[in-house]
Amino acid sequence: MRALLPAATLVLLLLGLPHAAPWFHAGWPSLSHPLYVRTSFVALTVSHLLLVVSATALATAIGLALGILATRPAGRSLLPTVRAVAVVGQTFPPVAVLAIAVPLLGFGAAPTFVALVLYGVLPVLGQTVAGLDAVPAAALHAADGMGYGRWRRLIDVELPLAAGPIMAGIRLSAIVSVGTATIGSAVGATTLGSPIVEGLVGNNTAYVVQGALLVGALALTVDGLLAMAARGVGR
Amino acid sequence: MIVFEHIRKEFGGRTVIDDVSLRVEEGEFFVLVGPSGSGKSTLLRMVNRLVTPDGGTVRVDGTDIATLSVEPLRRGIGYAIQSVGLFPHRTVGDNIATVPRLLGWTKAAIDERVEALLGLLHLDEPGMASRYPRTLSGGQQQRVGVARALAARPRIVLMDEPFGALDPLTRESLQVSLKAIQRETKTTILFVTHDMDEAFGLGDRVGLMLGGRLVQTGTPTELIRAPVDDVVREFVGGARARLRELALHPVAERVRPGDTCDGEPVDAAASLQDALGAMLSQGRDRLPVMRDGRRVGTIALSDMVERAP
Amino acid sequence: MSRAPLLPVLMLCAIGAIAAATLPFAHVAPNRLLSGIAQRPHPWLFAALWGALAVTAWPRAPRGLAIGCVALVIVALPWCLAHEATTWLAGARATTRVQAGAGFWTMWLAAGLLLLDRLREVGRGWQVVVWVAVTGAVGGYAVAGGFDGIAVVREFHAQHDAFVEALFTHLRLCVLTLSLALLIGAPLGLRTWRTRRGEGVLLGVLAFLQTVPSLALFALLIGPFAWIATRWPVLGAWGFGGTGAAPAVFALVLYALLPVVRYTIGGLEAVPADARDAARGLGMSRWQVLVRVQLPLGWPVLLAGLRIVAVQTIGLAAVAALIGAGGLGRFVFLGIGQGATDMVLLGTLAIIGLALLVDLLFQGVLALTERRA
Repeated sequence: MRALLPAATLVLLLLGLPHAAPWFHAGWPSLSHPLYVRTSFVALTVSHLLLVVSATALATAIGLALGILATRPAGRSLLPTVRAVAVVGQTFPPVAVLAIAVPLLGFGAAPTFVALVLYGVLPVLGQTVAGLDAVPAAALHAADGMGYGRWRRLIDVELPLAAGPIMAGIRLSAIVSVGTATIGSAVGATTLGSPIVEGLVGNNTAYVVQGALLVGALALTVDGLLAMAARGVGR
Repeated sequence: MIVFEHIRKEFGGRTVIDDVSLRVEEGEFFVLVGPSGSGKSTLLRMVNRLVTPDGGTVRVDGTDIATLSVEPLRRGIGYAIQSVGLFPHRTVGDNIATVPRLLGWTKAAIDERVEALLGLLHLDEPGMASRYPRTLSGGQQQRVGVARALAARPRIVLMDEPFGALDPLTRESLQVSLKAIQRETKTTILFVTHDMDEAFGLGDRVGLMLGGRLVQTGTPTELIRAPVDDVVREFVGGARARLRELALHPVAERVRPGDTCDGEPVDAAASLQDALGAMLSQGRDRLPVMRDGRRVGTIALSDMVERAP
Repeated sequence: MSRAPLLPVLMLCAIGAIAAATLPFAHVAPNRLLSGIAQRPHPWLFAALWGALAVTAWPRAPRGLAIGCVALVIVALPWCLAHEATTWLAGARATTRVQAGAGFWTMWLAAGLLLLDRLREVGRGWQVVVWVAVTGAVGGYAVAGGFDGIAVVREFHAQHDAFVEALFTHLRLCVLTLSLALLIGAPLGLRTWRTRRGEGVLLGVLAFLQTVPSLALFALLIGPFAWIATRWPVLGAWGFGGTGAAPAVFALVLYALLPVVRYTIGGLEAVPADARDAARGLGMSRWQVLVRVQLPLGWPVLLAGLRIVAVQTIGLAAVAALIGAGGLGRFVFLGIGQGATDMVLLGTLAIIGLALLVDLLFQGVLALTERRA
C-alpha cells in the first residue's frame, strides 16, 4: 500500500505531464514554454533511478563488507575507527560531499555518483555493525556449540538476524541518494533535479513544479518499495 | 565415553581448573555440580572444544579431541545451554533440524526426526513446528532447545544448566522427560548444574567441583553417606542431606508387605520423601501403600529412620 | 584506555602512504577559474613519514611519543603546503593560485583519524589538551597569515564581507529553524505521548515529509509562498515571498520536526514509570512532574535528538541557497555555476566546519549532562 500509491502517482505523472501543457499555460500565463521538454520525463526518471540504484548497490556492497569485516575477530580492532568514520562522516552534509567531488572529477554524473556512494556507505555500514552486534550472544554460542563454521554461521545465523537493521540502513542510504541525486543536477548530472534547477535559474516555476512533483513521487515510491522489502526480510 | 586427563585451565593468571581427571562411562548420566565459578561449565565446554585446556587431554571414545577437526566434532555432540539460544528467525521445526541439516540429512529423514522429537518432548500440540521461538513460553523454548540438542541422535549430549532459568514445576517436568529419554536412548549425558536436588535427582553419578577441583565423584548415595571431608558434607547439605536421599528411593524399597493400616494411601512408586510429606500432613507415622490400585502393605516412619550402619 | 590495536593504525598509515605516493598534493593554477597542474613534492619524504608513523604502532613504543608524532603530522601537513606554496608563488603572476589536492586532504583525514584512534589510549583530559593544542597550532598559523598563499584563504580574503554575511545568514536560518522546531515539536511530542493517540499517524506524516528530497520540497513551496505574498502585500513588504528565507525556514522546520518529536517521545519514555508515579504520589502537579522529573531525566535523549537536528539543518540550509535563502550554500552553488573551485571549497569547508563544530558542542554539553546525571 505504502509503495502502491506513490508508484501509481509516479506512473500517472509520467504519462500525464507531457500532455498537460494547456494546464500549465493556464497556470502560468506569463511563461512562453511552461512544459519542460529538453529531456523527456521518462528519460530523466530512468537516469535518476539508474544513478541511485547503482550507487546504492555499490554503497551496500562496501558497507556490508566493511561492517562484516569490523565485526569478525580478525577485524574487531577496526571497529572504533569504523565507528568514528561513520559518525564524523555523517556530519558532512550531502551537498558538501557533492561539492568536494566536483573539483576532483569535473562536472556531470561522475561526481554525483561518487558522492552518492561515499555518503551512502555510512548508514549501511553503521546499521550492519549495529545489527550484527545485536545478534543474541546465546544464539551465537549455541551455533558454535552445534558445529557451525564461521562462514556458515555468518550466512545462516548472523546476517538473517541482522537483516532488519541492515535493510533500514539500505533504505536510508537510498532515500538520501534520491535527494542528493536531485541536487546533483546542479553539478551537471541529468536527473529529475534538472527541471528544478533550470526552473530556478530561469525563473520558470512551472519547470520547478514538474520536477518537484516527479522527484517527490519517486522518493516515496523507492521508500515504500524498500519498506516492503524490509518487512519481507524482517520476519 | 568421555575421559578428562589432568585438565588445567587458567583465565588471566587465575586457575579455574586445577588438575581434573574424570571418566564418564558410555550411556551414563553424569552431573557436574558446584557453585558458580567452580569451573564446571568450563570443563563441560572443553568436550566440544568451545574452550581449549591449557594442560591435559580430553578423549572422546578413546580419541584425543585436539586431533579432530572442530566442526564435525561439535556436530556429533549435542549441546544445550541455560539461555537456550534458539535462532529467533527460524521456526521451531527449523531450529530442531539445525544439526541434521548441517550433516546433510535428507528432507524426509529430517521431517521424521523433528516429528518424533516434538512427540518425545511433549511439544506435540498442532502447528508447533511452524511457530517462532518468541511465541513460546520459557519451558517450551527449553524443550525445543533439548530437542535441538538431541536431533542428530548424538551419542554424547552436553547440557549447561539447561533448566536453571525455569520455574520449579516446569523444571521438574523437564527433568522427568529428560531422564526418561536418557534411559531409553542410552545417550551419554554430561550435565552441569548448581542445584544439588537436580544433581542427585538426575545423575547416575555426580561430581562435586569446588574452586576448580573435582573434590568427589560417586553415586548420589555415596556423596550423601560418605562425604570425603567436611566441606563436601556441608555442601551436600549437612544433616539435611538425608532428606535429599529420601527423594532418591521409592516407597517400594521399604514397604512392609501384607500389612494394613488407616490413612490416605501413598503409591509404591512415589519417593520416600513424598511418603514422609504425606505422613506429616496427615499426622500419622504409618500409611498404607498402593500399587496398581491395590493395597500391598504399609510404610512406617521408623522404616525410614534407618539406624546408622 | 587500552593500547591502540595494530590493525587500524597500520591501515590508516597505508592509506596515508598510498595517498602520498599517488595523489596530487597540490595544484598550481594560473588563475582562479582554470584548473591547475598537479604537484607532488617529495613523495618519498611523505611516504617515509607514514612508514615512521606505522612504526609507532609497535606495541612497546612510548604512548606519548606516538601521540606526539601523529599530532605533529597534523600540524606539519598544512604548514608544508603553505611552505611549498610560497616557493611556487615566488616570481609567479599575481593571479596564480595554489590549491590543496586530494593527496593533502586524504593524508590530513587519515592523520586526524589516526589521532582519534591513538587518543583512545589516554583520558578525556589529555584528549582535550591534544586537540586544543593541534587546533591552536594550525589556527594560530592561519591567523598569523601563514596560509595566505593557499587559494581558499585568498578567496576568503577576497570575499571577506560576503562570506561573513553568508555565515551569519546560515546561522540565522539554523537557529530560527531549531527554535521553531523545538517550540512546535516538543509540545506536539508531549501531547502525543500523554494522550497515547495518533503517534503512528503523526510520525508517519513527518517521516513521509522527510522522504521528499529537500530540493523538491523547497521548490514546491515557492508557488504557495509567492501566492501568499501577493495576497497579503504586508507580508511581502516584510520580505516574505516565494523565494528567500520564509519558504526555506518553513521547509527546514518540517524536516526538523520528525527528529524533535521522535526524541521528545523517546526522552519521555526514558523516564521510568516508577519515578513518575512516585512524583505524583508525593503530590507534584503534572507541570511540576514535567519540569522537575521528566525534563531532567529525559533531557539527554532530547539533547541527542537536537544534535541530529542541528547537524541535519546545517546541511539542508545549504540547499536552501538554491531558492534564494542565502547562506553558505550560496558560495557552493555560485562557485559551481562560475566554475570557481576555490569559492565552492570555501563554502563547503565552512559548512563542514560548522557542522563538526556544532556536533562537538552538543557532544560536550551531552557529556557534561551525563556526568551530572
